[in-house]
Amino acid sequence: MYPMVFRSILYDRIKDGIRREIHEVPPSFTDLNLDQIVDAVTDSKEEYDLKPFLYSPLNDVETVKYRQEVAQDLERGTVLESIRSFAEKMVRMRRHLASIRKLYYKYHREGWYLEAVAAYCEAVTGLARDLCSFDLQSDGLLAFRTYLTDYASSDAFTSLVEETERLKAELSSVKYCMILKGRLVQVRRYEGETDYSAEVEKTFAKFRQGTVKDYRVRLAVGSGMSRVEAQILDLVARLYPEAFAHLDRYCAKHSSYLDETIAVFDREVQFYVAYLEYIEPIKRAGLPFCYPQISATSKEICSEDGFDLALANKCVAEHSTVVCNNFYLKGPERIFVVSGPNQGGKTTFARTFGQLHYLGSLGCPVPGRKAKLFLFDQLYAHFEREEDIRNLRGKLQDDLVRIHAILKQATPRSIIIINEAFTSTALQDAVFLSKEIMETIIDLDLLCVCVTFIDELASLSEKTVSMVSTIVPENPALRTYKIVRKPADGLAYALSIAEKHRLRYDQLKERIKA
Amino acid sequence: MKVHLMYRDQDFDLEQEPPPNREALIQDLELRTLFHAMAQGDRFLYEVAKTAVLCGSTDPDAIRYRQDILRDGLENPAVIREMYQITIESAENKKRRWLGVFSQSPSGILHSSVQMLEMFVGLLKRLRRIADEHAKEFESEGWTTFFRVIEEELDDGYFATVESHLKELKFRDGILLSVGLGPGNEGAGYILGKPHNGKSWIERMLVRDSAAYSFRIHRRDDHSARALGALKDRGLNLVADALAQSADHIDSFLRVLRIELAFYVSCLNLYEQLSELGEPASFPVPVALDERRHSFHGLYDICLALTMKRQVVGNDAAADSKDLVIITGANQGGKSTFLRSIGLAQLMTQCGMFVPAESLRANVCEGLFTHFRRKEDATMESGKLDEELGRMSDIADAITPHSMVLFNESFAATNEREGSEIARQIVNALLDKQIKVFFVTHQYELARGYYDEHMESALFLRAERRSDGTRTFKLIEGGPLPTSYGRDLYSRIFGTDS
Repeated sequence: MYPMVFRSILYDRIKDGIRREIHEVPPSFTDLNLDQIVDAVTDSKEEYDLKPFLYSPLNDVETVKYRQEVAQDLERGTVLESIRSFAEKMVRMRRHLASIRKLYYKYHREGWYLEAVAAYCEAVTGLARDLCSFDLQSDGLLAFRTYLTDYASSDAFTSLVEETERLKAELSSVKYCMILKGRLVQVRRYEGETDYSAEVEKTFAKFRQGTVKDYRVRLAVGSGMSRVEAQILDLVARLYPEAFAHLDRYCAKHSSYLDETIAVFDREVQFYVAYLEYIEPIKRAGLPFCYPQISATSKEICSEDGFDLALANKCVAEHSTVVCNNFYLKGPERIFVVSGPNQGGKTTFARTFGQLHYLGSLGCPVPGRKAKLFLFDQLYAHFEREEDIRNLRGKLQDDLVRIHAILKQATPRSIIIINEAFTSTALQDAVFLSKEIMETIIDLDLLCVCVTFIDELASLSEKTVSMVSTIVPENPALRTYKIVRKPADGLAYALSIAEKHRLRYDQLKERIKA
Repeated sequence: MKVHLMYRDQDFDLEQEPPPNREALIQDLELRTLFHAMAQGDRFLYEVAKTAVLCGSTDPDAIRYRQDILRDGLENPAVIREMYQITIESAENKKRRWLGVFSQSPSGILHSSVQMLEMFVGLLKRLRRIADEHAKEFESEGWTTFFRVIEEELDDGYFATVESHLKELKFRDGILLSVGLGPGNEGAGYILGKPHNGKSWIERMLVRDSAAYSFRIHRRDDHSARALGALKDRGLNLVADALAQSADHIDSFLRVLRIELAFYVSCLNLYEQLSELGEPASFPVPVALDERRHSFHGLYDICLALTMKRQVVGNDAAADSKDLVIITGANQGGKSTFLRSIGLAQLMTQCGMFVPAESLRANVCEGLFTHFRRKEDATMESGKLDEELGRMSDIADAITPHSMVLFNESFAATNEREGSEIARQIVNALLDKQIKVFFVTHQYELARGYYDEHMESALFLRAERRSDGTRTFKLIEGGPLPTSYGRDLYSRIFGTDS
């Protein structure tokens, strides 16, 4: 069952189609590096203004599912490619229309108008044809397909297509000769003159020594038309009067052609395209993504091989490895207390947890092989800040003020991520404050990740789970960035120098490539 | 038309990346001395010699191809140098006359390309004449093909065609362009029409039928004149590109010729110096990668001879079917010199040169690596053993089976037991991976360990020391002896006899 009237590819219900577009960056974004993700996702898509969609997490499971299904459809076969090719043509159309505003000469403007309509016709026809060949599953795309095929087979549209093609063929068959000598320009019909460049090229072909520089000058195209060109075009119009009369009539007849629903779809579907394109190279590097099971009631969350998406994007570009982590909460468990050696991936773990939930709430596929996530009402992050001299508060006070604000607003449906709070005070103070905060969080029964150097926090309650960053036993200097469920240990191992250089017999043999 | 004097089927790439361990090779084998001798003060020859020596071939057949070409060259040094001169003139003309394609517009590109090509045609004609006169004096496959191609491709008729195009492309009669309508009704597909022979085509066109319209740009309308120039440029874009590329191709032909001849000229330079010293040089017999051959007669350290400017001691050895050669014995007994001569001969063999020996036969190797003891790390960031192992680790990153490693007093920066154990593990791993190892060491424990194993594939050489304590700088076959001869050195320097 899908709605008979198609409204939006992003929202399943009509009332959701009319909403305020948020342009402010949500508060936890920078701490979780979600700003980097959103910037990268929207980087090449500026004209679509996609950020409002990415700044608006959903708050009902139905809409999340609506989007997940659309995204899954787009990932199937070549659906995405079809959308992309549609979008390219729509972009081309808009560029042509924009350029006409700056043009002076009649036949020049009319020529570009014809190109714009042609791009639109191609976009619609191509997408309608492509969508029919796919086995679509999502309510969203099924409804859109119905809308689009009805539109594409309407009389108005089919005759637009037919007229456009005929006129284009007629104009492109026009060919003429130009003779330039000094300031004299003569124009006449083409009479089969042969290509001299080809002959010159053939003469020198024997010296070809592999590839050389391309000397073809990129001559500015579409940057308007000079008076000389306009004069020439007028002469060409006199050589071929009928074709140009047809063009005049066409432009007068089709002065408005664009369908509003298709235009809205063109923008909204880019939300999916942008995100899927962003994760594509990361997937190709072998990292898994999945459609999480989203629940607004169960806090038994889990992730298999989840990772920090912003970090993965960087690592893949630099060809370095990305470490995946598993986590789960069962029964009464609500809070991850993460401790262990520094630079061991603790902050990354906290970010991963936050990113997964946020991206999941957008209806996007999230990092990991499998995930069950909670649909939060608010996502709060409390990360250590540089001291801010403007607010006149000490760092500790600042920490407390910020945490207080979060706890006042948080509900049992919120998620809080705390990264190294209270590092600027004495250990005793820190232990006391942390415990107080944790008690409140425990009472609220909300989901929380708490990165801390205070081991005691791990065993505060049945709601807390201890997670520890780990090291390579043979080389404590090397980090695994693996975070595992276990109590902390502080083991360090000495290592022989040859072993460090990986030059033991078996190590070296392993290294030498066949 | 290809040069192919370095490879049968490809150009020599001067920009190719030399092996990652090049700096170690240059330093350990003192290759700069060799390069300077080949270059004789010419920076270009130096670069070519350096790249050629460092980037040798692993294909015995390809090596023989170059050896034959070089043999011809040694017979006809004057012809080689004369051809090399032509390629140098090309580079110099370009610089002196500011020839080259620097313009941003197709008409400018076309104009400078015509000038370049006129200059090149002159040089190519001279190359043709050399081929006419001397081709019969050359026997090698490489030279025979080269001269035949020159004679076939650059015949008189061809030069005539080229010259007529170059004249035509100055467009004394105006330009004919054929044009279509592109998107937006803008002119598109500007193509230069072929000028007709006989009566000026432009005259015929201008007096033609009614289906032609014309206008003239006012002589003060510079804006329109520029716009018209831009249209002309569209029409000339392809032909300018074709011509500029042709100029580039000929330029690159002459540049490739210059590079490849430079290698042979640098070999001629070196050969002449060895002849003056009276040192022998011979063409080695390269053997396939997977065989184990290493036997030679009178192999000397060419860099030592060039530096001392006199004949130096050569060594003989028969190390066929060996993949481990351990060299022990007296300090300053010629061990390092020997090790260097092995490395130098290997590089020279694989780049197709003659070698400093009366005879040599050796299998080629995939890569040559040196691990020589270095001075204490100046930065003090890492201990000496750490530094040595760091360099070994770099080798491990780059090395592949059928390579060769020359160790000189490696891993001795710790106590002998530990050092030997590290060295043993490394050498064993290398041998298991079909890597040939030469190891100069005074670590008795290491050498003795291998000696006691009686390995078929190991050879032991020792720096010779006469009973009176003097050294011959010759290496003889023999196992390690427990004491080193440091006290000899001590007694010579301090002038006392112990």
